Amino acid sequence: MSSSGDIAGQVNQTTLTIRRVVSYVVLILFAFLSVFPFVLLIVNATRSHFQIMQGFSIIPGTSFAANMKAVLKNTQMPIFKGMLNSFIVAGGSAILSVYFSSFTAYGIHVYDFRLKKFAFTFILIIMMVPSQVSALGFIKLMRSMNILDTFWPLIIPSIAAPATFFFMKQYMESSLPIEIVEAARIDGCNELRIFNSIIFPILKPAVAVQCIFTFVTGWNNYFLPALIISKRNMKTLPILIAELRSADFLKFDMGQVYLMIMLSIVPVIIVYLCLSKFIIRGVTLGSVKG
Amino acid sequence: MASPLSRRKSISYAKWGYFFIAPFFVVYAIFSLIPLISTFYNSFFENYMSGLTQIGPTFVGFSNYAAIFANGGDFAKYFANTFIIWIIGFIPQIFLSLLFASWFTDLRLKLKATGFFKVVIYLPNVIMAAAISMLFFSLFSDIGPINSMLVSFGIREAGNPYSFFDHVGSTRIIIAFINFLLWYGNTTIMLMASIMGIDTSLFESAQIDGANPSQTFWKITMPLIRPLLLYTLVTSLIGGIQMFDIPNIITNKQGSPNRTSMTVVMYLNNHLFSKNYGLAGAVSVILFIVAAILSLLVFYMMRDKDAPKNKIKKKKGANLL
Repeated sequence: MSSSGDIAGQVNQTTLTIRRVVSYVVLILFAFLSVFPFVLLIVNATRSHFQIMQGFSIIPGTSFAANMKAVLKNTQMPIFKGMLNSFIVAGGSAILSVYFSSFTAYGIHVYDFRLKKFAFTFILIIMMVPSQVSALGFIKLMRSMNILDTFWPLIIPSIAAPATFFFMKQYMESSLPIEIVEAARIDGCNELRIFNSIIFPILKPAVAVQCIFTFVTGWNNYFLPALIISKRNMKTLPILIAELRSADFLKFDMGQVYLMIMLSIVPVIIVYLCLSKFIIRGVTLGSVKG
Repeated sequence: MASPLSRRKSISYAKWGYFFIAPFFVVYAIFSLIPLISTFYNSFFENYMSGLTQIGPTFVGFSNYAAIFANGGDFAKYFANTFIIWIIGFIPQIFLSLLFASWFTDLRLKLKATGFFKVVIYLPNVIMAAAISMLFFSLFSDIGPINSMLVSFGIREAGNPYSFFDHVGSTRIIIAFINFLLWYGNTTIMLMASIMGIDTSLFESAQIDGANPSQTFWKITMPLIRPLLLYTLVTSLIGGIQMFDIPNIITNKQGSPNRTSMTVVMYLNNHLFSKNYGLAGAVSVILFIVAAILSLLVFYMMRDKDAPKNKIKKKKGANLL
């Protein structure tokens, strides 16, 4: 290489190093920003009310056990019952939504029928309609069906989950050859059995990703559950957490408040950290335009 | 599906197609479509509780709609609130996501630990909005750690905290910031996928032609990902008009101070709780119309773009396994 090329190369190298340093600094700053609130949360959950009122610290306290005892005894805020309720609702709707979305996607992917195109277009159109707009009719219907204050209205509607459907459809297009179905037919399976014992297992990677997404959505859902559930023992976590924000906020034991918030998000954080690889890959595939 | 053999075969299986899509459509009809129609229907009736007495339902035509718009322009104000809070969060969100996505995919920059950074910036997206709002409320409350930090840095004196939630600006900024925090990781990953879908030879030839990073970004990356940017904008707007959890919890349903952070869905929610079904219906219908217009926009955008994108999609699906 000529000497002028060397100099140009060096200049390039320097600007590249500078750009790299700037990127790392900004990224670390935002990584810190994303994590810092949760660090404060976890630290404060281990400190007593008195310590928290004294000021802020990033050194964990020693009152975690005491806070936990207080939370366990708190009958006004049955947070562990809430966790169980949230688990039932989120788990139930994840299973239903993933199974029936695959079911629907399979129907549209494999078969040819007159309304196929219409059905597909219809689901794409309703995908973006917010659930809040039909909330009024939904509550009235649930009241007349006499299932307010039960988990059914929060679980059953998951059978019709357009976004999950779309994800499964995309996945089938990329990795479900129609020949498998035809081979199974030759072996004499009926269509429902083909789906249950051959196709659904093949979809496992996509099913796992969607299970996580729908579970998290269910676990975090606040708007509808708050309108459906009013019995204390039936309340899900987001409803209970929202109740912390009441007129009495300043009188609460802050150690307990932080611990309750922590309990409501830690299960999801643990699952997320274990499966982050799959979740992040799933984000783009689940979108309309990957 | 395209081969004549399979088409001939599948004719006899057509009824199974209906069998497989039936559960979806039955459940959708019962739990979404009927409620939606009933919501429209209710919006034309006067139906509310006055104390313990039920008023109505009496047919009143469009007067519920007139009421929400007349009422001192309240409804327009809540729409404006929602929009303002959304845009305060969205501008930094799209800006940073673009920056991060272009860094993560830069061939020359070759950043390390991108996997770690992606995991960390996406993390807030899986966290319960109710919990994160309550957390921020606690952190920024008069007795929270932010105020004690202000005291220890000597910005405020002890015993005179800055009440973040008594000021319009700080309340809206905190809500917008939570929105931003929840969604910028998601947008980054979406944009990254879109940039990685661009043929790498384009970047390579630009590099050979002596284009600098900003030229490459503005002349190659930006034009090619513009459809996805538009898509992100519209879907975020659809999400934005549904904004509820965060402002509802931060302001304890009040939209305080002085209803400047009351969003459209909070207004709807308040009517649903007070059983004012007529007004709630009218608000829902307007929300539906706005969402429908935006959704149709998305629908046409992705339909036009579907054909040339197919190849990229296939490749990504294979990677998932």
